Amino acid sequence: MKSKSRNKKLTAWLTGYLAFGLVLILPLFSFHPLLAAQKKMLQIKGSDTLVNLVQVLAEEYMKKYPGQAIAVLGGGSGTGISALINGTTDIADHSREWKSKELDLAYEKGVRARIFAIAIDALSIVVNEKNPVDTLTMTQVGAIFRGEIKNWKMVGGPDQKISLYGRQSNSGTYAFLQEHVLNNKNYSPEVKEMNGNAQIVEAITQDLAGIGYIGVGYVYDESGQVRKGLKVLKIKKDEGSPEYSPLDKEAVYSARYPISRPLYQSTNGKPSEAAASFIKFELSPEGQSIVEKEGFFRIGKELMAENEKNLK
Amino acid sequence: MASIKKKGPLQNLKENIIQHIFQLSGFLAVIILLSILALLLSTAVPAFKEINLKEFFTSTRWDPTSPEKPEYGVLSLLVSTLFVTAGALILAFPVGLAVAAYLSEVASPKIREILKPVIELLAAIPSVVIGFIGLNLVGPAIARIFKLSNGLNALNGSLLLAIMALPTIISLSEDALSAVPFSYVEASLSLGANRFETLIWVKIPAAISGIVASFMLGMGRAIGETMTVLMATGNARAFPHGFLQSVRTITADIAIELGEVPYYTTHYYALFALGLMLFIMTFLVNLVADIILEKQKRMLS
Repeated sequence: MKSKSRNKKLTAWLTGYLAFGLVLILPLFSFHPLLAAQKKMLQIKGSDTLVNLVQVLAEEYMKKYPGQAIAVLGGGSGTGISALINGTTDIADHSREWKSKELDLAYEKGVRARIFAIAIDALSIVVNEKNPVDTLTMTQVGAIFRGEIKNWKMVGGPDQKISLYGRQSNSGTYAFLQEHVLNNKNYSPEVKEMNGNAQIVEAITQDLAGIGYIGVGYVYDESGQVRKGLKVLKIKKDEGSPEYSPLDKEAVYSARYPISRPLYQSTNGKPSEAAASFIKFELSPEGQSIVEKEGFFRIGKELMAENEKNLK
Repeated sequence: MASIKKKGPLQNLKENIIQHIFQLSGFLAVIILLSILALLLSTAVPAFKEINLKEFFTSTRWDPTSPEKPEYGVLSLLVSTLFVTAGALILAFPVGLAVAAYLSEVASPKIREILKPVIELLAAIPSVVIGFIGLNLVGPAIARIFKLSNGLNALNGSLLLAIMALPTIISLSEDALSAVPFSYVEASLSLGANRFETLIWVKIPAAISGIVASFMLGMGRAIGETMTVLMATGNARAFPHGFLQSVRTITADIAIELGEVPYYTTHYYALFALGLMLFIMTFLVNLVADIILEKQKRMLS
């Protein structure tokens, strides 16, 4: 009886050691020349707003040009840019412009960024479907996220405390909203800082008093409809001006929707052959129609001309 | 002690080498600990060139990327961490002790043999999975029960951390209760006490230091836990006034900000200062637990 249980124990230990050993040894095989002979993987990292879109673009690209592997990671614009500076990614996705601190740091490390605008995002302010509020002015949105307006009653809603959802400071969307809507003032400390756009959507669909900001691509579900439980607010530039929805293509293309922004990719210096080929695909009519299918908007002529210059 | 077989010089050398290898591995842990402390210290201290020490410990505003004025007040983060940890322990301790008492007193050996490994297995669930449960299951439930608009708050974090601290508390408390010499129990029963009275008045007091140590080690786990609280507590920076408010713990803050912070800036150093604080806190808790455990061993042997 006793020796049986000891045997069992011994087997358990052995299995454990074996599994541990395998975990240690397996990575070594990845250096095997046969595996390394594959074409080098193109690494893309950064903005959470861009991650789904770039993933779809990469999948289409890999279907078209088999043999080129692309890995797309999120993590936030700040994370992507610092990865580019530290040389751990080939392309950085970012939904805001480079900060001057980052440019200085890049300069010190000999990194010269080339920036490409690959899509336009209409930053969407979202609330729960059951919230009666339909429209806010830019000033109101700013005041809500600064914590100056605390109750839905003050903007024509029910008497209920506003529950704020936002992104974390490594997010480009966080920085963009702070600069363009909050007028470079601090966010309210009551903002619940979520891990990504998808988490904000998830929270808002459950929280009747919630308000959050997301990239327009995250508004839709798989069938291209606005997510159930979610309402996208119309935004007025100021009290007297007309209201526009970020879902209104025309309003976004004519820049009448007030909070739209380009979404970027950066490379270190002139993009490598593989990177350039992928960026060209993103900017091609085929790539841009994927951009539109994913809920974002096409690049205009001016930005496109700039992109072409940077590719050379 | 004289050895039975005379050892050759070669065997002596072999034993010597083996002994040194073991000694080295023992010291390695100490060396790693000291190196981490040195790294934390050397990277944390430069933060206070620009941050006023008094502001660091007394201000409740933490906003290092603020476009107005970067602020490095750690008080809200610290209190949030203590809040969530205290909540977790208040929830976990009675349950943990009750389960430990059940396992050591009431459960048949068969049930104990099944239950104990299963409870210990609870510790193997990845924290990100527990965080996910908090986000999608516990959070909405809390919102419904307390009639809130959402459940991303300190209570959610405490509940999840309580679950994570339970295996430590149960396992070590049960060991402590089982280590109480049977003569104590016999003496108590022969004086006319029933089993429940024996448990409450004899066994638990005798095992108290082991139980307290289990509590402290559970606390150490709760203070240092990151992913779960990051997902479940909402991460708002405001100073917490209650368990139904969203909070941001020290660990969550480091996880959020360290990924993108520009190296060798005040913000970078400040995050290491947070890390140092966390290190000191868990170190103290573990140290106290160790001292208490040692005391129990001496008392019962």
